[in-house]
Amino acid sequence: MSRRARILVFLPALAVFGALLVWAVVGLPDFGHYVGPYGYLLNHVALPERHMTNVVTAVVFDYRGFDTMGEEFILLGAVTGVALLLRSQERDEEVREGVGSDTVRVVGIVLAGAALLVGLWLIAFGFVTPGGGFQGGVIVAGAIFCVFLCADFSAWRGVASQTVLDPLEGLGAAGYVVIGLAALISGYPFLTNELLGPGVPGTLHSGGTGPFINWCVAFAVSAGVLILFSEFLEEYIVPIAAGGGK
Amino acid sequence: MSVFPYVVAAWICVVGIYGIVTSTNLIHLALCLTVTQSSTYVLLLTIGYVNGGGPPIFKGVKLGTTAVDPVVQSLVLTDIVVSVTVLALILALALNVQKKVGSMDPDEIPELRG
Repeated sequence: MSRRARILVFLPALAVFGALLVWAVVGLPDFGHYVGPYGYLLNHVALPERHMTNVVTAVVFDYRGFDTMGEEFILLGAVTGVALLLRSQERDEEVREGVGSDTVRVVGIVLAGAALLVGLWLIAFGFVTPGGGFQGGVIVAGAIFCVFLCADFSAWRGVASQTVLDPLEGLGAAGYVVIGLAALISGYPFLTNELLGPGVPGTLHSGGTGPFINWCVAFAVSAGVLILFSEFLEEYIVPIAAGGGK
Repeated sequence: MSVFPYVVAAWICVVGIYGIVTSTNLIHLALCLTVTQSSTYVLLLTIGYVNGGGPPIFKGVKLGTTAVDPVVQSLVLTDIVVSVTVLALILALALNVQKKVGSMDPDEIPELRG
Protein backbone atom coordinates (compact mmCIF):
# COMPACT_ATOMS: atom_id res chain seq x y z
CA MET A 1 0.00 0.00 0.00
CA SER A 2 1.44 3.38 -0.96
CA ARG A 3 1.78 6.23 1.51
CA ARG A 4 -0.99 8.18 -0.22
CA ALA A 5 -3.39 5.22 -0.09
CA ARG A 6 -2.55 4.64 3.56
CA ILE A 7 -3.40 8.24 4.47
CA LEU A 8 -6.61 8.03 2.41
CA VAL A 9 -7.65 4.97 4.42
CA PHE A 10 -6.58 6.68 7.65
CA LEU A 11 -8.64 9.87 7.23
CA PRO A 12 -12.13 8.27 7.46
CA ALA A 13 -10.93 6.11 10.34
CA LEU A 14 -9.66 9.24 12.09
CA ALA A 15 -13.05 10.95 11.57
CA VAL A 16 -14.90 8.01 13.13
CA PHE A 17 -12.38 7.72 15.97
CA GLY A 18 -12.53 11.48 16.60
CA ALA A 19 -16.33 11.41 16.76
CA LEU A 20 -16.24 8.51 19.22
CA LEU A 21 -13.64 10.36 21.34
CA VAL A 22 -15.79 13.49 21.50
CA TRP A 23 -18.81 11.38 22.42
CA ALA A 24 -16.82 9.61 25.17
CA VAL A 25 -15.33 12.80 26.62
CA VAL A 26 -18.74 14.50 26.78
CA GLY A 27 -20.00 11.60 28.90
CA LEU A 28 -17.09 11.72 31.36
CA PRO A 29 -17.40 13.46 34.74
CA ASP A 30 -16.02 17.03 34.79
CA PHE A 31 -12.33 17.39 35.60
CA GLY A 32 -11.89 17.33 39.38
CA HIS A 33 -15.25 15.71 40.05
CA TYR A 34 -14.04 12.16 40.55
CA VAL A 35 -17.01 9.84 41.11
CA GLY A 36 -15.26 6.91 42.78
CA PRO A 37 -15.94 4.79 44.67
CA TYR A 38 -12.70 2.76 44.71
CA GLY A 39 -10.28 5.65 45.13
CA TYR A 40 -12.19 7.09 48.10
CA LEU A 41 -12.61 3.64 49.61
CA LEU A 42 -8.93 2.72 49.32
CA ASN A 43 -7.81 6.07 50.73
CA HIS A 44 -9.81 5.23 53.85
CA VAL A 45 -9.09 1.53 54.31
CA ALA A 46 -5.52 1.10 53.00
CA LEU A 47 -3.76 2.45 56.10
CA PRO A 48 -5.81 0.50 58.68
CA GLU A 49 -5.86 -2.67 56.54
CA ARG A 50 -2.40 -2.75 54.98
CA HIS A 51 -0.41 -0.55 57.39
CA MET A 52 1.18 1.48 54.58
CA THR A 53 0.94 5.27 54.60
CA ASN A 54 1.56 5.40 50.83
CA VAL A 55 -1.74 4.16 49.40
CA VAL A 56 -0.37 4.05 45.84
CA THR A 57 2.27 1.49 46.90
CA ALA A 58 -0.37 -0.48 48.80
CA VAL A 59 -2.42 -0.62 45.59
CA VAL A 60 0.59 -1.56 43.44
CA PHE A 61 1.93 -4.36 45.64
CA ASP A 62 -1.19 -5.59 47.40
CA TYR A 63 -4.67 -4.63 46.20
CA ARG A 64 -3.60 -4.86 42.56
CA GLY A 65 -0.53 -6.99 43.27
CA PHE A 66 -1.61 -9.64 40.78
CA ASP A 67 -1.73 -7.05 38.00
CA THR A 68 1.71 -5.75 38.99
CA MET A 69 3.03 -9.31 38.82
CA GLY A 70 1.91 -9.37 35.20
CA GLU A 71 3.68 -6.04 34.57
CA GLU A 72 6.80 -7.44 36.24
CA PHE A 73 6.81 -10.36 33.81
CA ILE A 74 6.26 -8.06 30.82
CA LEU A 75 9.41 -6.26 31.99
CA LEU A 76 11.27 -9.56 32.38
CA GLY A 77 10.09 -10.72 28.96
CA ALA A 78 11.06 -7.46 27.23
CA VAL A 79 14.52 -7.39 28.82
CA THR A 80 15.08 -11.05 27.90
CA GLY A 81 13.98 -10.27 24.35
CA VAL A 82 16.44 -7.38 24.02
CA ALA A 83 19.26 -9.55 25.39
CA LEU A 84 18.36 -12.33 22.94
CA LEU A 85 18.29 -9.94 19.97
CA LEU A 86 21.38 -7.86 20.73
CA ARG A 87 23.70 -10.02 22.79
CA SER A 88 26.57 -11.34 20.71
CA GLN A 89 29.24 -13.86 21.51
CA GLU A 90 32.40 -11.79 21.00
CA ARG A 91 32.29 -9.62 24.10
CA ASP A 92 35.82 -9.91 25.36
CA GLU A 93 37.48 -7.49 22.97
CA GLU A 94 39.21 -4.64 24.75
CA VAL A 95 37.49 -1.29 24.29
CA ARG A 96 39.27 1.94 25.16
CA GLU A 97 36.81 4.79 25.30
CA GLY A 98 37.56 7.17 28.15
CA VAL A 99 36.27 10.58 29.16
CA GLY A 100 38.94 13.26 28.87
CA SER A 101 37.34 16.19 30.67
CA ASP A 102 38.01 16.53 34.41
CA THR A 103 34.85 18.63 34.84
CA VAL A 104 32.70 15.86 33.42
CA ARG A 105 34.37 13.36 35.74
CA VAL A 106 33.85 15.45 38.89
CA VAL A 107 30.26 16.41 38.09
CA GLY A 108 29.54 12.82 37.08
CA ILE A 109 30.86 11.35 40.33
CA VAL A 110 28.85 13.82 42.45
CA LEU A 111 25.78 13.14 40.32
CA ALA A 112 26.19 9.36 40.59
CA GLY A 113 26.44 9.47 44.38
CA ALA A 114 23.51 11.83 44.80
CA ALA A 115 21.30 9.91 42.37
CA LEU A 116 22.15 6.57 43.99
CA LEU A 117 21.22 7.95 47.40
CA VAL A 118 17.93 9.40 46.14
CA GLY A 119 17.12 6.13 44.39
CA LEU A 120 17.80 3.97 47.44
CA TRP A 121 15.79 6.35 49.63
CA LEU A 122 12.84 6.23 47.22
CA ILE A 123 12.92 2.43 47.30
CA ALA A 124 13.44 2.02 51.05
CA PHE A 125 10.66 4.45 52.02
CA GLY A 126 8.48 3.56 49.02
CA PHE A 127 5.56 2.40 51.18
CA VAL A 128 5.83 5.28 53.68
CA THR A 129 6.41 8.44 51.60
CA PRO A 130 6.22 9.01 47.81
CA GLY A 131 8.34 6.47 45.96
CA GLY A 132 8.54 2.74 45.45
CA GLY A 133 10.50 -0.04 43.79
CA PHE A 134 9.62 0.94 40.23
CA GLN A 135 10.58 4.60 40.49
CA GLY A 136 13.60 4.08 42.75
CA GLY A 137 14.83 1.16 40.66
CA VAL A 138 15.02 3.30 37.53
CA ILE A 139 16.86 6.09 39.40
CA VAL A 140 19.39 3.62 40.86
CA ALA A 141 20.01 2.27 37.33
CA GLY A 142 20.50 5.86 36.13
CA ALA A 143 23.00 6.51 38.91
CA ILE A 144 25.02 3.45 37.96
CA PHE A 145 24.88 4.54 34.32
CA CYS A 146 26.79 7.67 35.42
CA VAL A 147 29.82 5.36 35.75
CA PHE A 148 29.87 5.11 31.97
CA LEU A 149 29.33 8.85 31.56
CA CYS A 150 32.12 9.94 33.90
CA ALA A 151 34.60 7.05 33.77
CA ASP A 152 35.18 4.78 30.79
CA PHE A 153 33.62 1.84 29.05
CA SER A 154 35.70 -0.85 30.76
CA ALA A 155 34.67 0.55 34.17
CA TRP A 156 31.06 0.37 33.01
CA ARG A 157 31.57 -3.26 31.95
CA GLY A 158 32.87 -3.89 35.46
CA VAL A 159 29.74 -2.64 37.23
CA ALA A 160 27.20 -3.81 34.65
CA SER A 161 28.42 -7.37 34.54
CA GLN A 162 26.10 -9.96 32.98
CA THR A 163 26.96 -12.51 35.65
CA VAL A 164 25.52 -10.21 38.33
CA LEU A 165 22.64 -8.52 36.49
CA ASP A 166 21.06 -11.53 34.77
CA PRO A 167 20.48 -13.53 37.99
CA LEU A 168 19.38 -10.36 39.83
CA GLU A 169 16.73 -9.69 37.18
CA GLY A 170 15.37 -13.22 37.43
CA LEU A 171 15.57 -13.37 41.23
CA GLY A 172 13.69 -10.08 41.55
CA ALA A 173 10.79 -11.44 39.51
CA ALA A 174 10.93 -14.83 41.26
CA GLY A 175 11.03 -13.22 44.71
CA TYR A 176 7.81 -11.36 43.94
CA VAL A 177 6.01 -14.63 43.20
CA VAL A 178 7.57 -16.44 46.18
CA ILE A 179 6.40 -13.73 48.61
CA GLY A 180 2.94 -13.89 47.06
CA LEU A 181 2.89 -17.68 47.47
CA ALA A 182 4.18 -17.41 51.05
CA ALA A 183 1.03 -15.45 51.90
CA LEU A 184 -1.08 -18.08 50.15
CA ILE A 185 0.56 -20.97 52.03
CA SER A 186 0.03 -19.17 55.34
CA GLY A 187 -3.70 -19.03 54.65
CA TYR A 188 -3.96 -15.43 53.41
CA PRO A 189 -5.03 -14.43 49.89
CA PHE A 190 -2.23 -14.38 47.25
CA LEU A 191 0.08 -11.34 47.66
CA THR A 192 -1.56 -9.86 50.77
CA ASN A 193 1.02 -8.44 53.14
CA GLU A 194 -0.38 -9.72 56.44
CA LEU A 195 2.38 -12.25 56.99
CA LEU A 196 4.91 -10.30 59.06
CA GLY A 197 2.46 -8.35 61.18
CA PRO A 198 1.45 -4.72 60.94
CA GLY A 199 4.53 -3.04 62.44
CA VAL A 200 4.29 0.68 63.13
CA PRO A 201 2.63 2.45 60.17
CA GLY A 202 4.63 5.42 58.94
CA THR A 203 7.98 3.83 59.78
CA LEU A 204 10.25 1.43 57.87
CA HIS A 205 8.97 -1.35 60.14
CA SER A 206 5.47 -1.53 58.69
CA GLY A 207 3.49 -3.00 55.85
CA GLY A 208 4.24 -6.66 56.56
CA THR A 209 5.80 -8.33 53.49
CA GLY A 210 5.21 -5.17 51.41
CA PRO A 211 8.77 -3.85 51.83
CA PHE A 212 10.21 -7.17 50.62
CA ILE A 213 8.08 -7.19 47.48
CA ASN A 214 9.12 -3.56 47.02
CA TRP A 215 12.82 -4.49 47.11
CA CYS A 216 12.28 -7.46 44.76
CA VAL A 217 10.69 -5.12 42.23
CA ALA A 218 13.48 -2.57 42.74
CA PHE A 219 16.14 -5.22 42.01
CA ALA A 220 14.29 -6.51 38.96
CA VAL A 221 13.71 -3.00 37.58
CA SER A 222 17.23 -1.67 38.13
CA ALA A 223 18.86 -4.87 36.84
CA GLY A 224 16.50 -4.83 33.86
CA VAL A 225 17.20 -1.21 32.96
CA LEU A 226 20.96 -1.76 33.39
CA ILE A 227 20.82 -4.80 31.08
CA LEU A 228 19.04 -2.63 28.49
CA PHE A 229 21.66 0.15 28.82
CA SER A 230 24.41 -2.44 28.59
CA GLU A 231 23.11 -4.18 25.46
CA PHE A 232 22.52 -0.94 23.56
CA LEU A 233 25.90 0.46 24.65
CA GLU A 234 27.73 -2.65 23.40
CA GLU A 235 25.85 -2.24 20.12
CA TYR A 236 26.84 1.43 19.89
CA ILE A 237 30.33 1.69 21.38
CA VAL A 238 32.10 -1.45 20.15
CA PRO A 239 31.87 -0.61 16.41
CA ILE A 240 32.97 3.00 17.10
CA ALA A 241 35.96 1.89 19.14
CA ALA A 242 36.88 -0.79 16.61
CA GLY A 243 36.65 1.65 13.68
CA GLY A 244 38.16 4.76 15.23
CA GLY A 245 40.72 3.35 17.65
CA LYS A 246 42.90 1.43 15.22
CA MET B 1 -12.56 24.55 31.00
CA SER B 2 -13.39 21.34 32.80
CA VAL B 3 -12.93 19.25 29.64
CA PHE B 4 -9.52 20.76 28.78
CA PRO B 5 -7.41 17.88 30.23
CA TYR B 6 -9.51 15.36 28.27
CA VAL B 7 -8.92 17.36 25.10
CA VAL B 8 -5.16 17.26 25.80
CA ALA B 9 -5.29 13.46 26.21
CA ALA B 10 -7.28 13.05 22.98
CA TRP B 11 -4.89 15.38 21.12
CA ILE B 12 -1.78 13.47 22.28
CA CYS B 13 -3.45 10.21 21.23
CA VAL B 14 -4.42 11.43 17.74
CA VAL B 15 -1.05 13.11 17.12
CA GLY B 16 0.69 9.83 18.00
CA ILE B 17 -1.54 7.81 15.67
CA TYR B 18 -0.98 10.34 12.86
CA GLY B 19 2.77 9.94 13.39
CA ILE B 20 2.50 6.15 13.19
CA VAL B 21 0.49 6.26 9.96
CA THR B 22 2.79 8.71 8.17
CA SER B 23 6.08 7.42 9.59
CA THR B 24 9.00 6.70 7.27
CA ASN B 25 11.33 5.38 9.96
CA LEU B 26 10.86 2.51 12.39
CA ILE B 27 12.49 4.39 15.29
CA HIS B 28 10.20 7.38 14.68
CA LEU B 29 7.28 4.94 14.52
CA ALA B 30 8.19 3.37 17.88
CA LEU B 31 8.42 6.80 19.51
CA CYS B 32 5.02 7.79 18.06
CA LEU B 33 3.60 4.64 19.61
CA THR B 34 5.00 5.80 22.96
CA VAL B 35 3.38 9.21 22.47
CA THR B 36 0.02 7.52 21.85
CA GLN B 37 0.50 5.42 24.95
CA SER B 38 1.30 8.52 27.01
CA SER B 39 -2.17 9.89 26.25
CA THR B 40 -3.60 7.14 28.44
CA TYR B 41 -1.53 8.45 31.36
CA VAL B 42 -2.99 11.93 30.98
CA LEU B 43 -6.49 10.48 30.66
CA LEU B 44 -6.15 8.21 33.72
CA LEU B 45 -4.67 10.90 35.97
CA THR B 46 -7.37 13.33 34.80
CA ILE B 47 -10.15 10.91 35.70
CA GLY B 48 -8.65 10.28 39.15
CA TYR B 49 -8.21 13.94 40.10
CA VAL B 50 -10.35 15.32 42.92
CA ASN B 51 -10.74 19.09 43.32
CA GLY B 52 -8.59 20.20 46.24
CA GLY B 53 -7.31 16.67 46.77
CA GLY B 54 -3.81 15.99 48.03
CA PRO B 55 -1.58 13.01 47.22
CA PRO B 56 -2.95 9.67 48.49
CA ILE B 57 -0.18 9.43 51.09
CA PHE B 58 -1.12 9.68 54.74
CA LYS B 59 2.27 10.14 56.38
CA GLY B 60 1.85 13.25 58.53
CA VAL B 61 -1.60 13.82 57.03
CA LYS B 62 -4.75 12.88 58.86
CA LEU B 63 -6.55 9.81 57.50
CA GLY B 64 -9.72 10.95 55.77
CA THR B 65 -8.16 14.08 54.22
CA THR B 66 -9.39 14.53 50.64
CA ALA B 67 -6.94 12.80 48.31
CA VAL B 68 -6.87 11.85 44.63
CA ASP B 69 -7.55 8.31 43.36
CA PRO B 70 -4.55 6.03 44.09
CA VAL B 71 -5.64 3.30 41.65
CA VAL B 72 -5.04 5.29 38.46
CA GLN B 73 -1.70 6.51 39.83
CA SER B 74 -0.52 2.96 40.45
CA LEU B 75 -1.59 1.93 36.93
CA VAL B 76 0.32 4.84 35.41
CA LEU B 77 3.51 4.42 37.44
CA THR B 78 3.95 0.72 36.66
CA ASP B 79 3.17 1.28 33.01
CA ILE B 80 5.65 4.14 32.59
CA VAL B 81 8.51 1.84 33.65
CA VAL B 82 7.28 -1.22 31.76
CA SER B 83 6.56 0.73 28.56
CA VAL B 84 10.20 1.88 28.47
CA THR B 85 11.44 -1.72 28.48
CA VAL B 86 8.93 -2.66 25.77
CA LEU B 87 10.10 0.35 23.73
CA ALA B 88 13.66 -0.97 24.11
CA LEU B 89 12.52 -4.32 22.71
CA ILE B 90 10.91 -2.60 19.70
CA LEU B 91 14.09 -0.57 19.10
CA ALA B 92 16.19 -3.76 19.29
CA LEU B 93 13.92 -5.27 16.62
CA ALA B 94 14.34 -2.11 14.52
CA LEU B 95 18.14 -2.44 14.83
CA ASN B 96 17.96 -6.00 13.54
CA VAL B 97 15.77 -4.87 10.63
CA GLN B 98 18.39 -2.24 9.77
CA LYS B 99 21.10 -4.94 9.80
CA LYS B 100 19.13 -7.40 7.66
CA VAL B 101 17.36 -5.10 5.17
CA GLY B 102 19.59 -2.03 5.33
CA SER B 103 16.66 0.36 5.74
CA MET B 104 14.38 1.71 8.46
CA ASP B 105 11.61 2.84 6.09
CA PRO B 106 8.56 0.57 6.49
CA ASP B 107 7.80 1.05 2.77
CA GLU B 108 11.19 -0.40 1.78
CA ILE B 109 10.91 -3.50 3.96
CA PRO B 110 9.23 -6.27 1.92
CA GLU B 111 7.83 -8.03 5.00
CA LEU B 112 6.04 -4.86 6.14
CA ARG B 113 4.32 -4.05 2.82
CA GLY B 114 0.57 -4.33 3.13
